Amino acid sequence: MQWTNASEFFAMGGYGLYVWCSFGVCFAAMMAEPLLVRHRRKQAIRQIQQSNDA
Amino acid sequence: MINWFKYSAPSTFYPLAGKLIPVFWTLTAILGVVGLYISFFVAPTDAQQGEGYRIIFIHVPASWMSMFIYCVMAFWSLLGLTFNTRLSGMMTSALAPTGALFAFLSLWTGALWGKPMWGAWWVWDARLTSELILFFLYLGYMALHAAIDDPRRADRAGALLSLVGVVNVPIIYFSVKWWNTLHQGASVSLTKSPSMASTMLWGMLIMALAFWAYTLAVALMRARTIMLEREANTEWVKHLPDVKETA
Repeated sequence: MQWTNASEFFAMGGYGLYVWCSFGVCFAAMMAEPLLVRHRRKQAIRQIQQSNDA
Repeated sequence: MINWFKYSAPSTFYPLAGKLIPVFWTLTAILGVVGLYISFFVAPTDAQQGEGYRIIFIHVPASWMSMFIYCVMAFWSLLGLTFNTRLSGMMTSALAPTGALFAFLSLWTGALWGKPMWGAWWVWDARLTSELILFFLYLGYMALHAAIDDPRRADRAGALLSLVGVVNVPIIYFSVKWWNTLHQGASVSLTKSPSMASTMLWGMLIMALAFWAYTLAVALMRARTIMLEREANTEWVKHLPDVKETA
């Protein structure tokens, strides 16, 4: 391991901004996509239930 | 022998996909944690690029996935046009947004890597331009599919677009060989031994596997949702436990 403390880790040898913007956006996108799909699934189920009741 | 046509019916595919989704999410989590650990704590500092090179651990897997997903879409499209199965169109449209996401992430992480290393966020280089075209092909597929009201006709039009567009994938892959590009050559190829430390290679491969598992999980989720939307009026959907439970 090449890090002696946390601030060194977050600085990424001066590339912190680039590295964390890459990993951060990637992580956020991969969290958001399944949530959006889940929302769409719930809407579809609700619509089927409404037409079943009708 | 497995009867593949049996699973091409949404009513049998739906419960099967439901069982597989949690398996792929578990794999995504495990592979993601191991991959990130290697990316940040095991892989050594690069001699030329310092710590900035660590973007490679998502940039390369995202780029691979963006190309691979498009090939899978083209494969489903071919099946759909040949056998006229409903499942193929559903799978193709379930994959497109995830493919677009990976194409975007490839461009985004590439820009953030290019700025410190080349001094530019973007250059009109063959590799970058062809990847941008791939991103537009995904968006084009989704727009075309959404623009046609009849889903079966939308599937056929989309299938044609994805089959024509697949010609772009080898162009992306070989662009660094065919043209003189600013983008570096392939880090991993089938014919040569990889030009990187083995821990870096392992980190990249495990992250790629995590992205694979993620793609399978999220695409199956979306495929199931599309089935619910399109087959809302069928008996099998009306009697699904998923529909009855939350009532």
